[in-house]
Amino acid sequence: MIWETIRLALTTITRNALRSFLTVLGVVIGVAAVIAMVTVGQGSSEQVSADVGSLGTDLLILRPGARMLGPGTRDSAPAFKLSDVDALRDLSVLSAVAPVVSTSQTAVFGSSNRTTTVTGTTSDYLTIGNWDIERGRGFSNIEDRSGANVCIIGETVRTALFGSTDPTGETIRIKSISCEVIGYLIAKGAGTFGQDQDDIVMMPIKTVQRRLEGNQDVASISMQLAPGISTARAIFEIDTLMQERRRIELGEENDFSVSDMKEIASMLNSVNAVLTGLLSSVAAVSLLVGGIGIMNIMLVSVTERTREIGIRLSVGAQAHQVLAQFLIEAVVLSLIGGVIGILIGLGLALLAARIMAIPFVPSGWVIVLAFGFSALVGVIFGYFPARRAAQLDPIEALRHQ
Amino acid sequence: MCAQPIIELHGITRSYGAGEALVKALDGVDLTISTGEFVAIMGPSGSGKSTAMNIIGCLDRPTAGQYRFNRVEVAALDQDQRALLRRHYLGFVFQGFNLLPRTTALENVELPLIYKGLPKSERGARAREALRRVGLEGREDHTPSQLSGGQQQRVAIARALAGEPMVMLADEPTGNLDTARSNEIMQLLQRLNREEGLTIVMVTHEEDMARYASRLVVFTDGRILRDAPVAAEGAA
Ligand SMILES: Nc1ncnc2c1ncn2[C@@H]1O[C@H](COP(=O)(O)OP(=O)(O)OP(=O)(O)O)[C@@H](O)[C@H]1O
Ligand SMILES: [Mg+2]
Repeated sequence: MIWETIRLALTTITRNALRSFLTVLGVVIGVAAVIAMVTVGQGSSEQVSADVGSLGTDLLILRPGARMLGPGTRDSAPAFKLSDVDALRDLSVLSAVAPVVSTSQTAVFGSSNRTTTVTGTTSDYLTIGNWDIERGRGFSNIEDRSGANVCIIGETVRTALFGSTDPTGETIRIKSISCEVIGYLIAKGAGTFGQDQDDIVMMPIKTVQRRLEGNQDVASISMQLAPGISTARAIFEIDTLMQERRRIELGEENDFSVSDMKEIASMLNSVNAVLTGLLSSVAAVSLLVGGIGIMNIMLVSVTERTREIGIRLSVGAQAHQVLAQFLIEAVVLSLIGGVIGILIGLGLALLAARIMAIPFVPSGWVIVLAFGFSALVGVIFGYFPARRAAQLDPIEALRHQ
Repeated sequence: MCAQPIIELHGITRSYGAGEALVKALDGVDLTISTGEFVAIMGPSGSGKSTAMNIIGCLDRPTAGQYRFNRVEVAALDQDQRALLRRHYLGFVFQGFNLLPRTTALENVELPLIYKGLPKSERGARAREALRRVGLEGREDHTPSQLSGGQQQRVAIARALAGEPMVMLADEPTGNLDTARSNEIMQLLQRLNREEGLTIVMVTHEEDMARYASRLVVFTDGRILRDAPVAAEGAA
């Protein structure tokens, strides 16, 4: 009899193709939307945490001009000098200090070339920025100080100029400089703002100042907090030192600023939290829409279903037999919709993860939750009207308008 | 054939509504029908014929009075037991057919057999045979919307016959049929009644059809006005 009941349920599903399709659609929409949204949300959270981790929360950046987030300086504020860097090195609250000058240049090797960012700095920059050398070496002390014609290249530049061959020991040309590639960096991938961090050529700062920029300016200074030092204390000491060096009177506005990576990290986290919240509410609305769809189609068909129940009762069906049939029907439709919805949801999430370059993190509980909710709606609105009808005298069910 | 009472109605009342709007569709009906009888019920529209049939068919319950089917007090049966009674003893032809929509004639006729627990192959054979008997060969795969009113009525008759019930309750089974078809159906019922001892209770508006029965009960205003054997042998 159970097989017979399942068969009855399946016949009803195929016979009422439109109704079945709409019910399944409701489940699919709800389940797919929730799974896609939440999976994308979690992927981007994970990406943000990874980004924040790679930034190094102990990083401080000193820029000329008043406080602002992001790149750019105030024209009026004078740039730093290497002597500022030396002065900062004497602060015990900092464990590493690196000057930075960046300029956009075209690097040429043989017939290949690539327009990239040339960063003039010292080997401390590698420590501060969590850069690791894949092959070759970093700048030596002498190269740091003398401005030798050597460079370290990022993965993107390496691929563009050398393909898969080993670049170390080769010579690339940047403007008038012929410089030897002494090493290349382990790829970091896209940065927090989507920029390609590996599109970089690092050179000793003096080389860049002299041969590319033609001045003694240091655009910004990257610093690493010494272990156990609070950001606030370090910033206070840096401020004090720089106020003195730049002759800023008491009460006058600083013409430099120190930005703290924790600030950027917390901003990113809060942006991400807003994004996740937004995605979750869209998902919740979709789930609701799907649920209302299922509910509607079930309620609209109540009259017809009640008559069907009346007919079945009148030829001798018992209430529980009719209900088993309706329950199986609701469960089968929910299962079909659930499986399709899960597949579509995960597919969309995977696609979005690829496009947005974020990790694909499907989570079991979301799948269970979305599926459970839709199935519950299907069962409740399929089953309970049927149960009410099955309790009627057959003639009442048949007369149902 | 020992004629023992199978349907016994005592003081059956069925009222709808309450107070001012109270309608007594049946008002103290006493009726006893024995096995092997072929009873025709006549009466004006609204006189309670369908109401009585529904109660006899255990599709509805009386407001007052006593109904015994096959010596069993129906009021003492629960919902599931009444379903079993319908399943195993009764075949019902509704005034409004009540076929499942979007379902073929064959599947409609198979429906009672599913609940009787017959295997699929036997169901198909019996349903086909029942459809053949009502002259619907070749229409097995038509759905109700693809059939005329008369054809739908005959599917409903086939459905009642397919279960091989002990009692067949037919509410105007020929209401939508032409005279020739009506006579064919009545002859079929008469044969089943005479040869297989099928007890039949049939509502009709036509004297000609009532003549096939062995007994005529006339309703007015929810009461039995007249109850007498049919004098002439009906064989039009
Ligand atoms: N569900 C109901 N609610 C209220 N009144 C009803 C209901 N069903 C039947 N009645 C009333 O009961 C009375 C008897 O109805 P019933 O259907 O038994 O008549 P009938 O003899 O079968 O008529 P017809 O020959 O037209 O089929 C009618 O007056 C009808 O209005
Ligand atoms: Mg009637």
